[in-house]
Amino acid sequence: MLRIKPDQKQRVTLVVNGTEVSGFAEPRLLLTDFLRHELGMYGTHVGCEHGVCGACTIIIDGVATRSCLRYAVQCEGMELKTVEGLADRDGTLNTLQKAFNENGALQCGFCTAGILMSATKFLQENPKPDREDVRDMLSGHICRCTGYEQIVRAILQASGQ
Amino acid sequence: MKPVAFEYCRPDTMEETMELLAEFGSDASIISGGLSLGAMLNMRLVRPVALIDINHLSELADIEIGDANATTGALVRQATAMNSPGVVSGVPLLAKALPWTGHYQTRSRGTLGGSVAHADPSAEIPLILVTLGGVVKLQSPGAARDVPAREFFHGLLTTDRRADEMITELTWPLRRDNTGYAFEELAQRHGDFAITAVAAEVVVANDGDIIDLSLGLGGVEDRPIVANTSAFLGKPATEETAREIAEMVAETIDPMIDLQANADYRRQLVRVLGARVLSAAFVDATAATEVA
Amino acid sequence: MSGKETIERWVGARYPRKEDAALLTGNARFIDDMEPVAGIRHAAILRSEHPHARIISIDTSKAEALPGVRGIITGADIAQTIAPIPSAVRVPIKFYPIAIDKVRYVGEPVAVVVAENRYIAEDAVELIEPVYEELPATADPETAMAENASLLHDDVGSNIVHHRTFRYGDPETAFERADKIVRLSWRYPRYASTPMETYGLVANFESQPDRYTIWSNFQGPFILHALMTGALGVPGNRLRLITSPHSGGSFGIKQAMFPYMVLLAASSRILGCPVKWIEDRLEHLTASSSAADRADGVEAAFASDGELLGLKFDNIVNVGAFVRAPEPASVYRMHSASNGCYSVRNIAVENRLVVTNTTPIGLNRGYGGPQFYYALERVMDAGAKELSIDPAEIRRRNFIRAEEFPYKAPAGATYDAGDYEAGLEQALELAEYEDLKLAREQARANGKLFGIGMAAGVEPSGSNMAYVTLAQTPEERAKAGGRSGGLGTATVSVDPSGSVTAKTVSTPAGQGHQTVAAQVVADALGMRPDQIDVITEVDTLTSAWSLASGNYANRFSAVVIGAIADAAEKVAKKIKLIAAENLEVAPEDIELVGGNAQVVGVPEKALPVRRVAAQTHWHPAGLPKAMEPGLFETTIMNPEMLDAPDDQDRVGSAVTFGYVFDLAAIEIDRETGEIEIKKYVSVHDVGNVLNEIVVEGQIYGGFAHGLAGALLEEFVYDAGANPQAGTFADYLCITAPEVPELTIGHFNTPSPHNALGAKGMGDGSSMLAPTAIANAAADALGTFDVELPLTLNKNWAAANGLPYQRAGAAKAKVGDGPREALASKGGLNGEGSVELSASPADVWKLLLDPETLAAVVPGCDKLTQVSEDSFTAEVTIGVAGIKGVYNARIDLRDKVEGESVRLIGKASGALGFGQGEGSVVLERIDDNCTRISYNYNANVGGKVATVGQRMLGTVTKLLISQFFRGFDRRLKSGNANDKSSGSIFRRLFARRAR
Repeated sequence: MLRIKPDQKQRVTLVVNGTEVSGFAEPRLLLTDFLRHELGMYGTHVGCEHGVCGACTIIIDGVATRSCLRYAVQCEGMELKTVEGLADRDGTLNTLQKAFNENGALQCGFCTAGILMSATKFLQENPKPDREDVRDMLSGHICRCTGYEQIVRAILQASGQ
Repeated sequence: MKPVAFEYCRPDTMEETMELLAEFGSDASIISGGLSLGAMLNMRLVRPVALIDINHLSELADIEIGDANATTGALVRQATAMNSPGVVSGVPLLAKALPWTGHYQTRSRGTLGGSVAHADPSAEIPLILVTLGGVVKLQSPGAARDVPAREFFHGLLTTDRRADEMITELTWPLRRDNTGYAFEELAQRHGDFAITAVAAEVVVANDGDIIDLSLGLGGVEDRPIVANTSAFLGKPATEETAREIAEMVAETIDPMIDLQANADYRRQLVRVLGARVLSAAFVDATAATEVA
Repeated sequence: MSGKETIERWVGARYPRKEDAALLTGNARFIDDMEPVAGIRHAAILRSEHPHARIISIDTSKAEALPGVRGIITGADIAQTIAPIPSAVRVPIKFYPIAIDKVRYVGEPVAVVVAENRYIAEDAVELIEPVYEELPATADPETAMAENASLLHDDVGSNIVHHRTFRYGDPETAFERADKIVRLSWRYPRYASTPMETYGLVANFESQPDRYTIWSNFQGPFILHALMTGALGVPGNRLRLITSPHSGGSFGIKQAMFPYMVLLAASSRILGCPVKWIEDRLEHLTASSSAADRADGVEAAFASDGELLGLKFDNIVNVGAFVRAPEPASVYRMHSASNGCYSVRNIAVENRLVVTNTTPIGLNRGYGGPQFYYALERVMDAGAKELSIDPAEIRRRNFIRAEEFPYKAPAGATYDAGDYEAGLEQALELAEYEDLKLAREQARANGKLFGIGMAAGVEPSGSNMAYVTLAQTPEERAKAGGRSGGLGTATVSVDPSGSVTAKTVSTPAGQGHQTVAAQVVADALGMRPDQIDVITEVDTLTSAWSLASGNYANRFSAVVIGAIADAAEKVAKKIKLIAAENLEVAPEDIELVGGNAQVVGVPEKALPVRRVAAQTHWHPAGLPKAMEPGLFETTIMNPEMLDAPDDQDRVGSAVTFGYVFDLAAIEIDRETGEIEIKKYVSVHDVGNVLNEIVVEGQIYGGFAHGLAGALLEEFVYDAGANPQAGTFADYLCITAPEVPELTIGHFNTPSPHNALGAKGMGDGSSMLAPTAIANAAADALGTFDVELPLTLNKNWAAANGLPYQRAGAAKAKVGDGPREALASKGGLNGEGSVELSASPADVWKLLLDPETLAAVVPGCDKLTQVSEDSFTAEVTIGVAGIKGVYNARIDLRDKVEGESVRLIGKASGALGFGQGEGSVVLERIDDNCTRISYNYNANVGGKVATVGQRMLGTVTKLLISQFFRGFDRRLKSGNANDKSSGSIFRRLFARRAR
């Protein structure tokens, strides 16, 4: 059993995008704050901190989920994938990122990281989705700029259809 | 929006969990998926002294399909249940309702047990459990007990669970012969808490009469309820009967009022969705009967 | 480079955005990703939970004692440090960024905590103990306008803080001549575009010399810089504003963060450390900004052939608790285009601004446009219906003709270019209008509610800073001195390595400014857009900026792009001069192509542009005679039509006027109220398209916002002015499944007011979709009485002729009688009755017995009788682990012995407060049975109301039923002194509270 006192800072070690990293966290430190302000990985964004907007969605142990509803101490030893891990090391955009660029699927780009992470996992599980499937998946995200249409197009394009 | 300071406790076994419940009682919050609790923690609406993280209790993550029942551990994720062939064939009503539960990104982490513990009156999973007459298994340091789902939900976010208990398992009666199922809900947006959700399980005899009927309503009152429809047993399973039942039920409920809807509208949705769902369930049952 | 390479023109190309790569890889830096200075501390803000209350005291001692807290700032500290923020209206309102003596809306800052981190800061916020004396409050502008209304600002003497009337042409005669006068009145809901990134800033005060620096995602307009320096009491060069490289959406909303910039700057000064404040979503939804809700009316005078003869607008703007700059601009932004797309010349306008106990309003996508078009385009549809003319036809008959451009509108706008009828025809064609009408007939024959609605509008872009001064009379303006203009600025420079940078000072939040600017510069310099770096952020100490700088009013493609093109041209001209000298040809013979400065027709005679440019740095002596060295060209331009308002209140309010025509066909499900959008067509004239991807993105985005306002989004306040939509679970942002397919049409009439022929765009359908959908709903339902948002319950009620008011909503429905005098009447109502097993006399005795009350009031820990009819209590209420301790006071009034009593109760605690009134009537059934009938009216505020709206009604019911169950149990126990039943009850309750 692991017990961490309320004001106790615990070292949390996890694997982010294939690299082992660690930092300190009190029990109540949100995973989003840990990623951003402890690990300096600012690509994951915070939009509502109550699990509705989807901006903070990342992939944890193979599951696309809200990182604002997780505490860093819960994630000891887990494997995280964030937006920083999508492109090649030389910066070449992957198929999904390229599709977003070509279709104008982002404007301010604040919600985009979350949507990319959802879509990444979603396409692994549903390689050939139709329009309605994509819209249904996107219902877990709020984007205020695009009106969603170009995001739907980009994800469909990335699925090779 | 940051939570109050709390002690983090991550038990590896049920025994350890029980020790923690004995120690903290109502000062603890149990977190599984955290989809509802996490938001309430961040808003400081819930202010626990200790957060008990049960995600490492792997024995609670199993789905078992038995002879008469399916049992799902409290930690079974909603997406796992939705994609489980055993659930799809054995508990079709649950499989029909799960796509309406939250979103792709929340079902992946949200648990069946967590939704039942949270007891939102509009939530789909409690509604299905109540409609099917399932059972909630609770474990406290001293004892285990089974509570019929229909007695488990007391009101808005309020259940029969005592502070030193946790939900360990849900029991779902398996599909029976000649049985039909249907589910429908209406919300202002896709994936929102339903203004009204309706679930039905019907058993139709070979001659087309209703043998058994369970009509569950979510989002209508302060807990999921099952309408009293006993007067309709033995009636023909037709669209007309479906409408009559829905009409009758709509008049007997005491709907809640919120920003989204008033009582009259909820009654109306019970009428409309009730008739649709019952008709669909009758058709489903008839198809099942023919196969049988 | 081969001479065969064709000249590419980047402007107009479908060129994917330069911005995207950083955003797609997590490399873009937003304000919360920056630590621009060392030693930053973190702020959290204690906000008022009361809509209106006097501040009696604020005890910060417990909070200050918390380890990790750097300091706590209250209104008293701020009032000593800064002056009030100036306002555009001349009324005696002192607007500070924090409450000084009173709180006037829920969410108003009351204290700022600065601490080691945000977690500790929030802990400390909870330890601050303010004491308030509550005052009557209202969120409803008409209530606030009443004679006996409680005043928000005593010195003003009224809640109407601005009132002006305007008259253009001869509206009186027009209405006398009319064959048909159509009148509409309605409530327009309050909503906002809620950017995904909230407000954020780091404020730092340094001394020697004293200077404030604020890094933020502020969007401008930088005219507000002058207001901030006014409040902070420093010259302009001592307030340095630096914007973040990226901003996560704004839509106007991030204009209204400037009071927070002042507040945190002052806090930094007082505490002596840099302070970071990142607004959280709950703060954003209750206390940032939104568009105004309005209580408007319109009258239109028509000739029998459909000619629109005159218009009268009656605008009542709920501006919130303060007139925060640039208000009252929202009601003046469309003013000089009050004729819309039509040639009507007789127009009367009456504008009233009302303060209420709501969050101050501000810029939001379409700024004043959605509300204006809701008047004009709904009354056009209504006129068509009344005159039995097709709504498309009535518009066609009244449109300004294509040959009339540039067109001088009666209230002063100069419409640059347009062909409104062409846009309408294209929309009708895309919508297959005739078939659609047939479909409607068929649907109606089948009993379906099918409706078609349309709306047309001009889209003003590139605002004149002076249109706001219409809030003053011509005499006041004359006294104040002239105001005009909307300067666009841009810099294009080439460094010694020959690389090109453009600075736009345009603070974009997703509009692709970098890409479009790079396209324009690339064309001018014969380079590729990827070779041009574009810096869009502002630094007021180093950028070429002016009052109008910023990102609002679609000004980028209307104004800024002209400045960029001009600065790029200057650089190009210089490069050509140098190349011409080096290649010994005339400058006119040089063209910049493919990265080279080459002789026209002799491509092998060429010099790389980079080398030519570098020469201005490396070899100034070799430059043509009299040429300044260096390549750093700045353009500051003012579009000439942006003049001061004249003495008849006419003003050229904007540079370009785009055009949008929207058409919607919908079907409303009579049984469920669901709206299906069968077709939505939107046709746009944005002048020359600079980048198709960007333009298309703006059109889709604007459409989604308009649709959201039409169908879903509303900041609901209850009758006591408590906000009800404080989370994303209650404020329903539109999501992907709710957005239907959109058919887009384009046609272009190039603007003569812009070097590239472009017009501003971006508001688009955010201005028209609410009206097009409302018109379609009105058509489907056969009534003009349609109110947004068209929620399921509302639609169902309307479709079935039933009354409907949102639970807790402050606004009475249009058509109701005069509202009652201002009072905090609650949003939760209920009634019921229980039968208790005792005689009325026993019940009465017990009901007023303090012991009994202590035992049966749910969660009562302690009850004290203060006087015969007054009690105070400490109550623990907990549902689902949401536990709170509340201090309650209960007063008994109007006692009629053994028969009835009125209870007035108040409670407050960490999670909120409540007040309510109930009456209890006892009725004798028999000696052993009494029926108690009760009704109540309760008003819940604070956190629980804001974030837990869904829970309130049911919790109230739960508590009341628990009260009576406990009461009955106690009666049955037969012993009024036996506390056991109460304690059993308490245990039961505690058990239920998870």
